[in-house]
Amino acid sequence: MDVALIGWSRAQFALTAMYHWVFVPLTLGLGLLMCIYSTYYYKTGDEKWKSTTRFWQKLFAINFAVGIATGLILEFEFGTNWSNYSYFVGDIFGAPLAIEGIVAFFLEATFFAVVFFGWDRVSKKFHLASTWIAVFGATLSAWWILVANSWMQYPVGMHFNPETARNEMNDFIAVAFSPVAINKFLHTVLSCWVLGSAFVVGLSSWYLLRKRHIDFSIRSIKIAAIVGLTATVLTALTGHYSGQKVARHQPMKLAAMEGLYNGKNKADIVGFGVLKSDKVYNDGKDPFVFKIDVPIPGFLSFMSFDNFNSFVPGIQDIIDGYTLSDGTVYPSYEEKAAQGKLAQQALRDYRQAMKDNDEEAKIINKAVLDENIKYFGYGFFNSPEETIPPVALTFYTFHIMVALGLFFIAFFAIVWYLNKKGTLQKVKWLLWLGVISIPLAYITSQSGWIVAEVGRQPWSIQDVLPLSHSVSNIPVANVKTTFFIFLGIFTIFLIADIGIMINTIRKGPEAVDESKGY
Amino acid sequence: MAKISTVKDFFMMYVDGFKTMSKTSKLLWVIILVKLFIMFAILKVFFFPNFLNSVASTEEEKAEYVIEKLIQD
Repeated sequence: MDVALIGWSRAQFALTAMYHWVFVPLTLGLGLLMCIYSTYYYKTGDEKWKSTTRFWQKLFAINFAVGIATGLILEFEFGTNWSNYSYFVGDIFGAPLAIEGIVAFFLEATFFAVVFFGWDRVSKKFHLASTWIAVFGATLSAWWILVANSWMQYPVGMHFNPETARNEMNDFIAVAFSPVAINKFLHTVLSCWVLGSAFVVGLSSWYLLRKRHIDFSIRSIKIAAIVGLTATVLTALTGHYSGQKVARHQPMKLAAMEGLYNGKNKADIVGFGVLKSDKVYNDGKDPFVFKIDVPIPGFLSFMSFDNFNSFVPGIQDIIDGYTLSDGTVYPSYEEKAAQGKLAQQALRDYRQAMKDNDEEAKIINKAVLDENIKYFGYGFFNSPEETIPPVALTFYTFHIMVALGLFFIAFFAIVWYLNKKGTLQKVKWLLWLGVISIPLAYITSQSGWIVAEVGRQPWSIQDVLPLSHSVSNIPVANVKTTFFIFLGIFTIFLIADIGIMINTIRKGPEAVDESKGY
Repeated sequence: MAKISTVKDFFMMYVDGFKTMSKTSKLLWVIILVKLFIMFAILKVFFFPNFLNSVASTEEEKAEYVIEKLIQD
């Protein structure tokens, strides 16, 4: 397959996904805060909480409206650019995405209408319930999308049907509640709450710097700082559990995240480092120009396997094969490639047996295929280097994400403390840091997805299907054209989104209060 | 403002909601509609046809096509 075609198809998918991810985390993050502010209004009856709720609802609505349906473009791309992949996984993806579409549509269409149009038309209780249900529905949508994504990283609950060329779901629970899916969902949604909190704290800080809407801002920060602090700590915790799943199921990704080429017992975590650009996986040289480890011996071993002395494999170990401290044996690249080629030959022979109506040969080849399908994708490679993801990008984005995650823990804790003491307004540098924390939250969130998606290269389905055989055989010029069309359209929508937001923020909460409707 | 007690009231909530929308909200609806039009009437139709439909017409042919791509030497 044309390397340029794969590259442009990936670039287009990444562009679309990253653009979509500008809107989603703010929707989920602001959604939760909107629910909490609304709950305060319900409990206290204080009109100031209503005003706070309505203002953040307005910003939520802008973000929701501009972002809505941007994810559907990814589904268009599946059918056009990734048709082999799309057909191969059709049944697995079909169920979660269909559930997502139906549930999201009905929950959101019904209850968001009550949220926005129902003030003073329904009881406070029903309005509050509608707010929570609508946001719960949006969060549930994320669950199904993340289930589909997790399946690509950890394909379980399915079997491959050589007659239809499709993977068929044989265990819905295994797919929907795989440990990878659960951790990914929690980590992702919590990170959205962090971003939503940073957004509220950041904008409120800006008002405080301008000495406008002071009471409103302090009230907003009071909740957002606690939510942000709690969510950041929990994001770190679920990130740790996600990391443990990665260590077991995608060890190459973990090795890339840490720039680890040669595994060791009592492995350390890199705190800061610069990678050499000319590193070859088996040249035996130090991959770093320089690095500073986190001063906790065996921290990576502990974070990966709950044991400070555990062996953590590096890229070379993964290619050569290794045994974990608990005795689990991981085959070498050569062994996996041999199994992959066996599986592919069995598929060829099965198809021939179909044409020959040879039932016995079909049974024999199906058994060989089933036995080796786990490493089907390795049969496509010509060298072990092809199984290594872009190490530098994975390493740097992972460390940016972690560093910013730690920053947010400290940031929210200080903001919460000073706001509680009533001195936040005087600490100008912290208010400016609050404003800057908005783009930092987006960088953190996008970095997380880059780690997850770039780190699993070259796979579209882990160990089963590489990108090279997932793409459609279409002219690369078509993909380039649509890439730039998207870039243009997305940029216009993003400018519109930011413009409308800024306009609403400039007018402030009073303008929303004064307007009769939304 | 009348509280909702019937299905008609619920429907009227939508009607009133749309009638009393602010300029910003009206602009957002325009953006939503333009976006959906671009996505479904232009991008999907002219730029994102289903590729497999262009090389195969039945499910069997699609399966054959994908398998061939997967097992070619």
